Amino acid sequence: MANTQGTTGLLGWIDERFPLTKMMREHLTEYYAPKNFNFWYFFGSLALLVLVNQILTGIWLTMSYKPSAADAFGSVEYIMRDVDWGWLIRYMHSTGASAFFIVVYLHMFRALIYGSYKKPRELIWIFGVVIFLCLMAEAFMGYLLPWGQMSYWGAQVIINLFSAIPGIGPDLSVWIRGDYVVSDATLNRFFSLHVIAVPLVLVGLVVAHIIALHEVGSNNPDGVEIKKVKGPDGKPLDGIPFHPYYTVKDLVGVVVFLIFFSVVIFFMPEMGGYFLEHPNFDPADPMKTPAHIAPVWYFTPFYAMLRAVPSFAGTQIWGVIVMFAAILVLFFLPWLDRSPVKSIRYRGFLFKAGMVLFVVSFLILGYLGALPPDPLRTALAQTCTFIYFAFFAALPFLPMIEKTKPVPERVTEQ
Amino acid sequence: MSTVDAVDLGRRRFLTATATVVGGVGVAFVAVPFLKSWSPSERAQAAGAPVEADISKLEEGAMMTVEWRGKPVWLLKRTKKMLEDLSTLNGELSDPNSEVASQQPPYAQNAYRSINRETLVLVGICTHLGCAPTFRPDVAPADLGPQWKGGFFCPCHGSRFDLAGRVYKNVPAPTNMVVPSYRYLSESRVLIGVDPETA
Repeated sequence: MANTQGTTGLLGWIDERFPLTKMMREHLTEYYAPKNFNFWYFFGSLALLVLVNQILTGIWLTMSYKPSAADAFGSVEYIMRDVDWGWLIRYMHSTGASAFFIVVYLHMFRALIYGSYKKPRELIWIFGVVIFLCLMAEAFMGYLLPWGQMSYWGAQVIINLFSAIPGIGPDLSVWIRGDYVVSDATLNRFFSLHVIAVPLVLVGLVVAHIIALHEVGSNNPDGVEIKKVKGPDGKPLDGIPFHPYYTVKDLVGVVVFLIFFSVVIFFMPEMGGYFLEHPNFDPADPMKTPAHIAPVWYFTPFYAMLRAVPSFAGTQIWGVIVMFAAILVLFFLPWLDRSPVKSIRYRGFLFKAGMVLFVVSFLILGYLGALPPDPLRTALAQTCTFIYFAFFAALPFLPMIEKTKPVPERVTEQ
Repeated sequence: MSTVDAVDLGRRRFLTATATVVGGVGVAFVAVPFLKSWSPSERAQAAGAPVEADISKLEEGAMMTVEWRGKPVWLLKRTKKMLEDLSTLNGELSDPNSEVASQQPPYAQNAYRSINRETLVLVGICTHLGCAPTFRPDVAPADLGPQWKGGFFCPCHGSRFDLAGRVYKNVPAPTNMVVPSYRYLSESRVLIGVDPETA
């Protein structure tokens, strides 16, 4: 008995009941990706790898972790000292959190420079930004779980952001905490959200991200649509099957990534206080704020923006608005950038200069967000926040004056 | 008869719309218990009882902290010099006369923001994002500048308050720090969380 895929035996039996071969072909062996992928194209598959690492190590951590204010700190120390290989699993998870953001920031930067958010890939980008938001929620709630000083006060600061909302704010922050201060109730619900709710949504979004990608096909460093030039067999001339070509190439990326990942896990799991902050080695104390409070490095650019905006008109909502706007503006990127040219390779000087300024500002904000504030740093943070938004504000007007280069018909050899 | 195959589209649309509305109402009602379950539980609400503080051993210029509803409450016995300095700062403060009513009970809306002049009772939480500011009674320290006459400095975002918990201008915190309701049980015993009997 034959089926539409031409498979027989056990596989044939399955294919008559479930589209296994069809899916393998659509997403791997007959998914044609541009042949000119470069270094920047490793980070999508690496993000998937880190996601698997987080889920796997996370499941194992929940086997020994106790989500209560009385036991949480002690149970993490128990995992570190008494559970066989507990230290490794925990460091894989905590280092994995930082690695996730490194990989995702680089992945987003790739999309930015090669115009991967532009038509017809707007939805891929939007799914991606929602994934980024989920990831931030996941990281924030996960950071409360060790119940150290920085866990506690970090959560205190971020939850209080919501109390700045006029009218409903104070009630909203009580509702989020389930108590008048960050407490056992808060810890327990953050645990539930961190291990069940957000990961479930995250995995669903990742599937949607990849389905949308495979529907329209991958962009590439030249920003040309490979589907426009097809051979007589209907396959894109500049495309190669994802498997085996890119599965094997990505494996090389995985090996290099794992080397760096292992170095951090085994030799510098705290990364000098950037991956695991020093005050978090003290149990949470609601009576005493650490002398210097700073979020983990991946939140510092947005935290610096929050601090850069002074309160006026008797409310501090403005800093909160600016911080959230910095992320929300990403949703509009596909429509803000009106240039017909996708890749930075064929865009004008103004876009390149703007991109450099944007990235430098973001890095400076990240640096400032980790330091205590002083007037000079605040002024610098205000400048960088301005540049961050100015980049997005300038995008719609750039094509009017920008001189772009001609985009080739086919992908180029590098 | 062909009436068997004929579809009454108007009737189908009506049924689809009504089923959607009824289902939507059901979902909204079911959502209520899920959302309400996030509110503070009965146990959390009951934990907010008043606490008593004994200030008989508190020396001039010294501060003690007690826990009330999970928050730090400071009791500071201010020196004469500290009290005199308070009025000189009015020009640099956002709300020198404590006009924002939510930040203190009416009996603490005075120049010292306290019932007894010397003893300041204050919820030790920054009105910006809820950090605990540090007590900095030292005058003109290197990190806070020569104008500093003692007060509270929030390490999180650099907000500054004077020794009555009044906020300086141009800092992230928008309002003065909160004075809780409290009453004196005797000269040296303070009950935090309830108003004075006479008030």
